[in-house]
Parts: sequence; C-alpha cells; structure tokens
Amino acid sequence: MQVPILKQRDYLIASIQSVLSDADLLRLRDDLSERVGQYRSRGVIVDVTVLDVIDSFATRTLRAVAHMLKLRGAETVIVGIQPEVAFTMVQLGLTLEGVGTALDLEEGLAYLDRKTKRTPHDAK
Amino acid sequence: MRREKKRTEKAAASATIESGAGLLRELVAHLRQNRTQLREEWARRIREAELLTAMSQEEIFSEATSVYDNYVEVLETGSVEALQAYARNLSERIIPRGVETHEVLGIVLLLRDVLARSLFQKYQDDFDLLNRVLDAYEPAANRIANTVGVSFVEQRERVIREQQEAIRELSTPVLQVRERLLILPIIGVIDSQRARQLTEQLLRGIRTNRAKVVVVDITGVPAIDSAVANHLVQTVEASRLMGASVIITGLSSEIAQTLVTIGVDLSKMNAVGDLQGGIEEAERLLGYKVIEVKETAAEEPAA
Repeated sequence: MQVPILKQRDYLIASIQSVLSDADLLRLRDDLSERVGQYRSRGVIVDVTVLDVIDSFATRTLRAVAHMLKLRGAETVIVGIQPEVAFTMVQLGLTLEGVGTALDLEEGLAYLDRKTKRTPHDAK
Repeated sequence: MRREKKRTEKAAASATIESGAGLLRELVAHLRQNRTQLREEWARRIREAELLTAMSQEEIFSEATSVYDNYVEVLETGSVEALQAYARNLSERIIPRGVETHEVLGIVLLLRDVLARSLFQKYQDDFDLLNRVLDAYEPAANRIANTVGVSFVEQRERVIREQQEAIRELSTPVLQVRERLLILPIIGVIDSQRARQLTEQLLRGIRTNRAKVVVVDITGVPAIDSAVANHLVQTVEASRLMGASVIITGLSSEIAQTLVTIGVDLSKMNAVGDLQGGIEEAERLLGYKVIEVKETAAEEPAA
C-alpha cells in the first residue's frame, strides 16, 4: 500500500495508514527522496501512529531516510511512536540514533520549525 | 474388684472397635466426654508455653474451644474443609495482631500432645489397643496440624501479596508540575518488575500529558543493580522515541559509583545533582524563566 505524501508549505508529511511491507518502506524512501528535491522541502514528518510494530528493517529504513534526506537538505522527524512500541524497540536495541522524534504531528511541526530556523537562510 | 470391672469394660470395648473406623468413633466419644477437662488442660499448656501472648486468656480459651470442637469433628468425619475454613478465618483475625507462625503451629502440636497423653492414660493397661488407637489417631492428628499450619501460612502469604500490590500501586506516581513537564519521584528499592511497571507508566504519562521533559528523581532509591540501570537507560531511550527528554536527578554517590563500576553506558543520560536542579534544567529546556517578584519593586510606583 502506498503511503500518501502531503505537502504543507516547506514540509512534507508522510502519514502511514496501515502496516507496511518491506517493499512499501523502500518505496516510501524513494518517494520521499524524490519529492524533497521536487518541492524543495526543508523538513519531512513521518507519522507512524498506526504502527503496532516497528521492526529492525523499518528502523533501519527510517534511519536511512533521515540520513538521506539530510543530504538532500531536509530535516526528518518521526512522530507518533506508541509507548509499547517505543519500549519494545529499545529492548530490541533499535534506537533510531541521529533521527529526530516527537510525540505527534503537532510536536513534529514545532520540532521542524525549531530545527530549520537555524539554517543560514533564516539567520541572515 | 475395681480392676476386674475395668477389664470387662475394656474387653467389651475392644470387641466393638475392631476396625479403624470403630477405633476413631471410640476416640471421638472419649474426646467429647472429656471436653471440658482436656480443653482446660490445653489452655493451661498454652499459657505455660507463653504462646499467643498477644491475646487475652478469655480469647485464648474461646478460640481453644472452637479449635477443639473442629478438631474432634475432623476426627469424626475425616473431612478437613470446615477446619480449613475456620483456620483461614482465625488466621485472618490473628495475623494483624502479630501472632507468629511458630505460635500457631505450637498450639496445634500442644493440642495433639494433650490428646495423645489422655489416650495414653486411658489405654495404659492395654498396650495392644493403645497401639491401634494411636494408629488411627496419629494420621488424622497430623493431617489436622498440617491443615491448620498450611492455612495460616497461606493466609499470611496472601496478606503479604496484597501489601506488595498496594506498595506497588502507591509507589510510582507520575506528576505534572508544569505544562509539558512531568516528574517521577521513585522511592524504595527497584526490582526488575517494578522497573518495568515504572517505564510503562512513564511512557503512558508522556502520551497523556503530552510531556516534553521528564525529571526522574531517584533520591529515594538506596541501591541499583546492572539490570535496573540498563532498564533506566532503556526508559530514557524509549522516552526519546516518544519525543520527550529525560533528566535523572538525585543519583547518590553510591549509585553513581555502582553505575560507573558496572560500566553502564550513561552517555545518553542527562543527569543533574538534585531535584531542584533537575526542575530548573527542565524549565530551561522548555523555555520557562522563573523571575522573583520583589515586593518593594511592586510597591514603588504606588509610593
């Protein structure tokens, strides 16, 4: 199932709607990478609220997305990780290092606002 | 003459009590007959042994009567259910008054002893019969002692379990002190089960209160082992995944030493000396600034 990617001003919002297969995740990665260039976005939010399980492949892919998009000039934040999911991930040693996380969409937007404000573009 | 009579009586008695059941029936009749005397003897022995000191003499005597009647009933019917229920009820009443396990076992064994002595006395002339009476009596008596002891211990364990539960419920509050700021004061020893429960509560608290910063205060924790320390680190990580940062405060020098010695990776932990410092740090992270209001400054324009 394809993940819809919405454009909201400078940001992209990828809102995951259902459980994703590995292929779906890879496609999400490619889509995001392409759209960031297309819309010249400065931030990306990946909403995982509906996911009950985030396995090692998903973690690795999300981390790869974050690092890739960073190279393309956009900050990434993962939002909506559920308490049970968070604890299971940590127990499995999947900690999403170097990737921003926030409670929900609203917090994610605030996080990106904070992050992107520090770019030279705004600081002039 | 008297001995003559006794012997005939006994002969008649042994004729009727061939089987084990017959023996028990005879036993029960004997115990019923001498109820008052044996009961008093038992109460006296309890007093002498200084058991049940938490209870008054009258209470001991009335409980002794109930136990005695239940005891005889078990011997008669062979069913321990009524006794079990009574023992449980009794335990429930006396545990809060500080009656110890050894006292309960002591009084049951005393009763067993008192009754056995009365049997010795009754059948002292006929060794054979005495042996058979004891054969019937001993297993039943042991079973009774067993039942009472087990009921008491079970009851005690239940009380302990309930208290543990209560402590667990009470001991991990998650409190909001400011918008988006939670504190989690931990008091007492953390075992792995409690650590787990703590994490769950914290993560749930983060979601419901939409917290951004959490101060975990472990001033009241006397010691920590590597499992719990790792769990703490995991909690910090899991909170980060939910978008909240954790500040740990109140690490005692002992705990700090332990953590360093066992080599827990603390690079991700944000530790501050005490709770006050932790809250101040949290306010800084949240962008709050606490300013003292000077009374004189407020009054000046009026003057």
